[in-house]
Amino acid sequence: MTLSKIIALAVVLAAVAVTAFWFLTVPKVEPVAEFATPHTADLVNGKTMFDIGGCVSCHARGKDDRTHLGGGEPLKSPFGTFYPPNISSDPKDGIGAWTGAQFVTAMRDGTSPAGEHLYPAFPYTSYRRMTTGDLLDLFAYLKTLPPVQGRARNHDLPFPFDIRRLVGGWKLLFLDAEPFTPDSTKSAEWNRGAYLVNGPGHCAECHTARNALGGLLNGQRFAGGPDPEGKGWVPNITQKGIGSWTERDIADFLQSGMTPEFDSVGGGMAAVIRNTAQLNAADRQAMAVYIKSLPPIVGPVRPSKN
Amino acid sequence: MKLSTWLATGLVATVALATTAVVAQQDPIATRKDLMKANGRNAGVIVKMVKGEEAYDPAKVKAAFDQWDETASKFGALFPDSSKEGDTRALPAVWTERAKFDAAIAKFKKDVDDNRAKAMSGADGLKVALGAVGKNCGDCHEAFRKPQ
Repeated sequence: MTLSKIIALAVVLAAVAVTAFWFLTVPKVEPVAEFATPHTADLVNGKTMFDIGGCVSCHARGKDDRTHLGGGEPLKSPFGTFYPPNISSDPKDGIGAWTGAQFVTAMRDGTSPAGEHLYPAFPYTSYRRMTTGDLLDLFAYLKTLPPVQGRARNHDLPFPFDIRRLVGGWKLLFLDAEPFTPDSTKSAEWNRGAYLVNGPGHCAECHTARNALGGLLNGQRFAGGPDPEGKGWVPNITQKGIGSWTERDIADFLQSGMTPEFDSVGGGMAAVIRNTAQLNAADRQAMAVYIKSLPPIVGPVRPSKN
Repeated sequence: MKLSTWLATGLVATVALATTAVVAQQDPIATRKDLMKANGRNAGVIVKMVKGEEAYDPAKVKAAFDQWDETASKFGALFPDSSKEGDTRALPAVWTERAKFDAAIAKFKKDVDDNRAKAMSGADGLKVALGAVGKNCGDCHEAFRKPQ
């Protein structure tokens, strides 16, 4: 082959690859037809999903504001700084004008109403396990909260992470969670806990270490790892890490933030406790039953100085 | 025991105590950890009373509030620049946001002082007081301490 032929072949192959990537990374959208029947919202359940989902921890400002979702504090990550958007009921700047299908699409597929990939700093990777009913109840509850005007600034991400289309590639690799299916060999309480922990609670997003591309290391699920915001270490919550805790200890902790040694938890978990403290006792107990059942898994080794 | 033995024992004990005090002063990290552990022990006692797992005991309530007050009084001085590194979970924010950190300690002390009478009034008052004082723990750990 002559050099010119080799170059021509390379150009063709590159074009094929780019085209293939383009088609494979089309942002997925939920079929509108499935949302044709109006949903009768259960606002109490919507608030439960809102609290366990931890929406305020990223989308509101200040520790005590649980209603104004105009966008929260910057979220620092190894890939750059994210500025959580306005998800208040404001029709212009928030999600007030979204349809149910658009909301479920964002929560399940990580696709915005404009048809763009959302960054997985927004944990749709876990939220996609939620049932359609719970998602629509949550959407209805969000719309009862006050509108807030103003949009968050754009994310501050270095190249190449600023190219949204690449998130489509990331999704091909890592967006694999299926809707939650109950395990019939386990109790209803255990299944409720498993759903809350793995779905809306998105506990694994911090309590599981990630690979260099930011995908969860599924073999080390819940076994702890470096804090995604760079502040120390997130504990192993399998029985390897908290085997000495009873179910009661875990449930109490999710209410008060007090460990069995009566240390008051800090870091990012303090915000989580403000959310789980809002749940009813039965849901906290269900989470405790599930967490207590996690088999012991050795997590990544913590560097001696961190 | 002979008098000389008594004296020798006394001397040894004195030296040991003095050494401990000096070490504590030289090692603010160890001292502040000890104070926080004492806080936690007392929190445990109070939480059990509030939950009804243990009977309300005014002497223990007073001891807890005394110790929390002591911690709040001493804590701010235990974060010299020399103690940023070492076996500590203190976040850099302690030093970069010093005014906020000092204000958090001052608030803790004020809440301990303001809620003491309520806590001493009985089990119902103690529950309210614990809520007010306990909020300081998580708030400060959230801003100024590494997760683990």
